[in-house]
This record gives sequence, structure tokens and C-alpha cells, in this order.
Amino acid sequence: MKTASERMAIIHQPKRPHIEEIIGAVFDDFIELHGDRYFGEDHAICAGIATLNGQPVTVIGHRHGTTTEENIRANFGMPHPEGYRKALRLAKQAEKFGRPVICLVDTAGAFCGVGAEERGQGEAIARSLYEFMALRTPVVSIITGEGGSGGALALAVADRVLMLENALYSVISPRGCASILWKDASREGEAANTLRITAEDLLSFGMIEGIIPEKGSIPKNIKKALEAALSELSREGSMDTLLEKRYQKFRKIGVFAEKTGESGFS
Amino acid sequence: MLIDLFQKTRRTSMQMKHQAAEERPDITCKGCGRKLNARTYGKNLYVCPYCGRYSRLLARTRIRQVADKDSFRELDAGLRTLDPIGFPGYPEKIAELAEKNGMNDAVITGECTIGGIRACLGVMDSHFMMASMGSVVGEKLTRLFEHATHKKLPVIIFTASGGARMQEGMFSLLQMAKVSGAAERHSRAGGLYVTVLTDPTMGGVTASFASLGDIILAEPRATVGFAGRRVIEGTIGETLPDDFQSAEFLLAHGFCDQIVPRNRMKQTLEKLLKLHAAPKKRRAKG
Repeated sequence: MKTASERMAIIHQPKRPHIEEIIGAVFDDFIELHGDRYFGEDHAICAGIATLNGQPVTVIGHRHGTTTEENIRANFGMPHPEGYRKALRLAKQAEKFGRPVICLVDTAGAFCGVGAEERGQGEAIARSLYEFMALRTPVVSIITGEGGSGGALALAVADRVLMLENALYSVISPRGCASILWKDASREGEAANTLRITAEDLLSFGMIEGIIPEKGSIPKNIKKALEAALSELSREGSMDTLLEKRYQKFRKIGVFAEKTGESGFS
Repeated sequence: MLIDLFQKTRRTSMQMKHQAAEERPDITCKGCGRKLNARTYGKNLYVCPYCGRYSRLLARTRIRQVADKDSFRELDAGLRTLDPIGFPGYPEKIAELAEKNGMNDAVITGECTIGGIRACLGVMDSHFMMASMGSVVGEKLTRLFEHATHKKLPVIIFTASGGARMQEGMFSLLQMAKVSGAAERHSRAGGLYVTVLTDPTMGGVTASFASLGDIILAEPRATVGFAGRRVIEGTIGETLPDDFQSAEFLLAHGFCDQIVPRNRMKQTLEKLLKLHAAPKKRRAKG
């Protein structure tokens, strides 16, 4: 089995399918929608409506762009608050029209900058977690490459969270972890292996529901996994049941010991 | 529960020892360097009378400042973190901090009255691993919201945090979703949630429950933000102004309702609780 640091090299390869390629191969009739209606348009989030085997769905994901010019325009896949607010606007729209929401997650993280702070990066992510937790439509998130901290989680509060075989999902970038822990960013490979961030790790922790193989065509495998997930979710029963299961899924995450009857501060 | 009040455990005696250390005479203000008499400094709510610098408070000092005398009853005091991803040095670090601070993790939660009105109170303590959020912080706050929802009580959380706790990996990141989900249910049931942002509130805590209060208050000059100042300075290659990510910066950009000085915090919370203690039938249905 490949280590996290080996996978880190794989997901950074430029030939890995980007979001437009995945959307084009998995969905039909994609129409992109823009803007958060408050501040602006964030090219780092690609979102719109499409059909999956004829069923309308809302698709939201991180965009990196394929040329240098596009990379810059998409801010290398690192959204500003308006990107997350656009995502949430379209998720609420999907709820209104009863469309499932499909999120494609691939980001180093939410952007760290002056404008992002001025416009409330923290609030934008918080609001996303809060609203997705109670969004009355099925949500499936797929981590396709890098799942970078809060910037990834904002699009990963879902009924089914799936990861591509080599994708990584972490609380902090391995580089950031290495520089805090060992004051040496070059030890990022070591940090990646310490943080337990591979799809197998997360599956074993009960944090994701499945791993999508990368053998053959990645978009084809994604399509197959999505069809299976949506068909499962359509059999969940009422929306209240679905939301209760979504809540409980996140509710149970955490590892701690509990000594009852212990006196605390009073 | 009642027996807890009479039991004097190792932990409570440690807390008292720590309390004594905290109140030793002659504290040097970290802002202006002047010597302060510990007793008068405490009476001034740990705000320097010379330069106005706000000292970061121990959670239990904060509780004494805002809860009615002897009204606080702690919940879930027995929760301790384990080492979910086998992070090097983590269990030792936790053991050391627990011994030093007389608390198991970075948040104290419980029920109290403020101006005679019952409320659920959560207070984060930056002396414990910079109040980073791992499984225990996430679980205790989630339980606090669930308890409050069940008892139809308001929730007040004093936030302080470096963010999600790296040493628990993805377990920490997902606490953000867990606590936000519990806050959402509390809100949907018509509950009031007041956030008080204190120095410092950063990262995953800003990006979850700290930003979700119906009313968001902040202490003067508290640093509150998403990304760390040095990270942003590294990204843009410039030095940022002093007031960047301050409570005043948040107020100016529309992300907090009011900056409340420490000596007016209790009365402000009382006022807010009173304003929301209206008969239930007048509340909006969720």
C-alpha cells in the first residue's frame, strides 16, 4: 500500500483529471452558475446544474484551472469567502428544487489573505457547515485530490463522503504540520505519514463511507460510485431520517475516555 | 452530582494550588511591564490599570467573573482525550498540561445562572494547548448544546482557540461539523446562542461555532481570524497593520455585534438573557 507522502506526489501530478474534465465525463447538460449575490464571483469554485443519467443535480467543486493563466484566475483552487457563499447559495437552491448536491473537493485550503479575512473567511465556512448539516436534500461529497482542512470540510458535510484511492484529507497541510512541529517544512512527507490522512485511514476511522478506485478511468469510476450512492440515499426513507443519520454520522466522531462521577470545578 | 460538591479530589486540590499560584503578589503586565499587585489586578478583572491590556483568563476565573456566585455546576468534567492517531509526544503533553492546569482539556462547560437566569456556559482556556479543539472540546461543546436544547436553555460560549488540534488529525477537523450541527439544532429549536470572542480565536473555531452565535460579542482588542497573521504575511509578502484581525477590525467589517469591556460583560449578558426570556409562545416556530 502506498504511503501518504507517495500519494501526495500522485495527486499533484498535472495529468490528474481536473474538475471540468470530471464534470464533462460524469454529467450531461452542465450549466455553470456564477456569483454569491453579495460581493462577487470566485473562480476557485465551479458550480452549476447538470443531469446524472437524466436526473437533475447541483454540482459544486474546487477548480484549479489547467493553464497558468487559469491557475491564477482560479487562485490555485483556494476559494475566498464569496466562493463558499456561492456554493451555499446553490446548495440552498438545490434544496428548494429537490435536487441532490454533488460536491467535488480538491483544495489546499481556503485562501489565507487580507480580503479573505475582511470578508469573513471563518464565517463563510462556519455558515456552510451549519447549513449543510440541515440541508433538506441528499448530499454526496467526493474528495478527488487534496482535502485541505476547513476549506475542504465546507464542501464535505454530506450523507456520503467518498474519497478517490489516492486522495488525502487532512486537518492541516503536512507542510504546515512539519513547520510547526519540527520547525522544518521540508519534512512534510514525514508529517503526511504521521497525520493519518489516506482514504484507508479515514475509512477505518468511520469518517468516510467508501473509496473509489483509480484503476481505469477516474471519471467513469466516480460516475459509478455516484450512481450507487444516490440510489442508496433515495431508499433512506423520509428527509427527517436522512438528516438524523447525517447528524449522527458526524455526532459520533471523536475518541475520548469518560470517567463518570468525577468532581470538576464548581 | 450533589456528592461532587463535597468531595475534595486530587484535581480540585490541584486547582486550588494553581489558584494560589495565580494570585501570588506582584504580577508583571505583559503589555507595559509594570508590576501589578495581584489582588488589585484580580479586582480589576485582570485588565492592567496602566495600559489597559487584557490578560488571557483561566476558564474558572472567567466563570467567576460572569456566573452568579456559586451557581456554576460543571458538566462532563470526566472527559479525557486519548491519542487517536498515535501522534508523537501527544499523550505526554496532555498529561503534563492536565497536571499543570488542573483541567482535563481546553474547555469547561456547565450550567449556571447569570443575573438569576439559567444558562449553559462554555469557556475555553488558552492555557491548555492554546485551547485547540480536539475530540474532548468538540464533544463537551456538542453535549452542552444538546443539554441546552433539551432543557430549553440559552448557550453562552467564550471562545479562545488556536484552531483545530493538529495532534488528533481528522478527528479534530470533524469536530467543527459536529459542534456546528449541534448549534444548528439548538437554533432550530428556538434557543439563544451568544458567542463571546476572546483573545485569541483562530482557525477552525472561527470557522465553526465561534461565528454562529445569534449575537456575537468580543472583548476589546482580542485577536480573531481564520488564518494566522504570519501565514498571511508570508502569502502577501507584506507586514500587516496592528489592528488587522482585532475585535475592532471584526466590528468594522460586520462580523461582530458589539465590543464589550470586561467590566461590563456580566451585565451585558444579563441584559441579553433577560431580553430573550420572553414567553415561549411569542417565539418563532422552527
